[in-house]
Amino acid sequence: MGLPELWFVIVAVLWTGFFFLEGFDFGVGMLARTLGSDEAERAQMLTAIGPVWDADEVWLVTGGIAIFAAFPAWYAALFPAAYLPLLLVIVAIVVRAVAIEYRSKRPGPAWRSRWDTAVAVASLLLAFLFGVFWAGIVHGIPIDASGQFVGRSLLSFINPYSVLGGLTLLAFSLAHGATFLALKTAGSVQRKNEAWATRFDFVAGALMTAFAAWTYWSYSRDDAIALGVGILAVAGMLVALIANLRTRPLLAFWAHGVAIAAFVASMFIALYPNVLPSTLDPEASLTVAGAAASPYSLGVITVVAAIGLPMVIAYQAWSFWVFRKRITVEDAQRSHYA
Amino acid sequence: MGDGLLVDLSRLQFATTTLYHYLFVPLTLGLAPYVALLETLHWRTGKDSYRRLARFFGSLLIINFAMGIVTGIVQEFQFGMNWSVFSRFVGDVFGAPLAMEGLFAFFLESTFLGLWLFGRDRLPRGVHVACIWIFTLGTWLSAYFIIVANSWMQHPVGYAIDPLTGYPVLNDIGAVLFQPFALWAYAHTVLGGLVAASVFVFAVAAYHLKRRQHVGEMRWAWRTAIAMGLIAATGQMIVGDVLGVIVTDVQPMKIAAGEALWETEGPCASLGIVAIIDQEARENTWELSIPCLLSIVATNSVDGVVVGANELQEQYEEQFGPGNYTPNVWIAFYAFRLMMGFGLIGAAWMLVAWWRTRKGRLPEGRVFWAISIWIVFTPWLGNMFGWIFTENARQPWVVYDMLLTRDAVSQISPTFLLISLPVFFLLYGAFAIVEFILLRRYVIKGPPTDDEPMAGQPAPPRPAQVA
Repeated sequence: MGLPELWFVIVAVLWTGFFFLEGFDFGVGMLARTLGSDEAERAQMLTAIGPVWDADEVWLVTGGIAIFAAFPAWYAALFPAAYLPLLLVIVAIVVRAVAIEYRSKRPGPAWRSRWDTAVAVASLLLAFLFGVFWAGIVHGIPIDASGQFVGRSLLSFINPYSVLGGLTLLAFSLAHGATFLALKTAGSVQRKNEAWATRFDFVAGALMTAFAAWTYWSYSRDDAIALGVGILAVAGMLVALIANLRTRPLLAFWAHGVAIAAFVASMFIALYPNVLPSTLDPEASLTVAGAAASPYSLGVITVVAAIGLPMVIAYQAWSFWVFRKRITVEDAQRSHYA
Repeated sequence: MGDGLLVDLSRLQFATTTLYHYLFVPLTLGLAPYVALLETLHWRTGKDSYRRLARFFGSLLIINFAMGIVTGIVQEFQFGMNWSVFSRFVGDVFGAPLAMEGLFAFFLESTFLGLWLFGRDRLPRGVHVACIWIFTLGTWLSAYFIIVANSWMQHPVGYAIDPLTGYPVLNDIGAVLFQPFALWAYAHTVLGGLVAASVFVFAVAAYHLKRRQHVGEMRWAWRTAIAMGLIAATGQMIVGDVLGVIVTDVQPMKIAAGEALWETEGPCASLGIVAIIDQEARENTWELSIPCLLSIVATNSVDGVVVGANELQEQYEEQFGPGNYTPNVWIAFYAFRLMMGFGLIGAAWMLVAWWRTRKGRLPEGRVFWAISIWIVFTPWLGNMFGWIFTENARQPWVVYDMLLTRDAVSQISPTFLLISLPVFFLLYGAFAIVEFILLRRYVIKGPPTDDEPMAGQPAPPRPAQVA
């Protein structure tokens, strides 16, 4: 495996980290508005992600930068092609981050309720759009032999497969978010989320199965690894469902991690050796080797990643450990999000 | 290539969203260490006034930082969305500092901010204080890596041209990270942040001192802001001077434009104070100038020769073929002067304020306090004009002497820009209002009183008014 292949894997790892971590933040963002019976319960749910959601989002930023740094041609072809969907993503990211931070800056139910709605809508959009985005990449977009995108931006990413990808990630985020809250909150919020985690897992598991099957049959080469990864994604969701049925949210949380890693891996395996398939002409597809940066540049960022990633994982894990305690309604009222 | 409308709209969008992002950056850079210092002082001395000040300025820092971080994420997307030819061209070099920013700075900032905000009752006091320092380190590292990337666009180093593609390929990361341009531009940026934060703290203190409220804490804030502001502004003058000499060397056209110098002058080139510029005729119709000063500031010597825009234009045409290689001199000349004026007027006023409030005096004059409060906007204008100067006066290049801005845009339909521009204007405009209202409310509210204990800490036994 050369450096380009290594970076293809690192990009997959970074996006897996993003979906695994920010996935529950998206879920909590949606659930706070819908499951919280009053302002205090919403604050409780948002406080559960308060210390970590911002760092979780950096996995997205780094995932994007990794594409830019390791595969400049991929970044340069993909981002203009996805202009309008990405514009929507940007708006949702800005609104969501500001809303989470500013909701607690003024008392008053109207102010808070409006921001809570903004958090929920933006979280829903993001979870859905990132699924559409990646499944859309796997499906391919109309680029011609010169690498120029020739489609209509918004619609080029919309097809039945990519919509299924979006719905899968959306349902996954809800299941993952409910599981996280079952694990991290106490009182009535905990009980509500224990119940809902099972329901969401049922839906997310079904969608994941459909998506894995479609990926395997329509987009992957017929080999054992692709099949194994598809099965792993389904098995992860199944274990999560059973774990949530038995009220074991910690097991379900990690099973979701396995499932989402397999979900991302299945798409990257389907892509390889391409990074951006052309729907017009297979020859025009952008490949891992063709899009990669120079060996020296890849060497530099490999050293950066070798030093940086273990450090990041270590202190982020430490931060999760610091905030391991369950959050009660009273905790939230004494927190930064009070 | 060169669809005029597409290029103009793309530039307009990037310029406005970058300047908007930069509304939040300087205050974060300067206020983060100030809050960290307050936290440290409270930890070491146990004095309650430090706790209240830390909490007060900490809230203002957070309101500001929230906007800064998301508007920064937007810029990362825009490199690819709107400037894909640029991204493809520079990716091999540009990617490395960006990757360092992501892995060494962004994660640090966001993780330790979370630990600081929510960890007050979960962490030992010393560790908690360390978290705000590490957060500060993250913000400063982030600024460093992005300035490294920008400096490479201003002065490309550490690369070779790939004979097949014609793109620059990184071959010396050390040269990119440590070139003098980057180091001095970084110092310039950070000092600009420290000046902004000093004037901000100063003006906030003025608001409360004028009303004779929170006098004990605010007097401390006032004095420290003046000290920090004067030191930072002095440093800024030195750093600005060094940077000016470097820029004269590597981007002579930028300095020629910034000084509205059409014909080569020197020894003893004169520095224009005011000029009426005729860009078409490539001359100044009128100017007021000081003899010899330009040679001194641009080359550190009275005998220095400073090359004018007309000679440089000829050189460029010889090297790159026919074309216009002269930036808009009117913008460059005045942005340069407004940067210096707005950047330094705050510190100048601090000198006056320090004299008027020496030995604990609090003047009665309304004008004195009005100026001390409204001066808060000047460092922001200074920082804005600084970026307008440095980015405008390197046109028509996006990567200096290598890639023209008009060749760097994504070949997308201008309709996309006509959708995204109003979206950004509406979204950013609305959030600017919300942010301003929130900051104003928190400033007016002042430091917390003693019946608001912080999480995990018992309320102090009795109101310990310092004043």
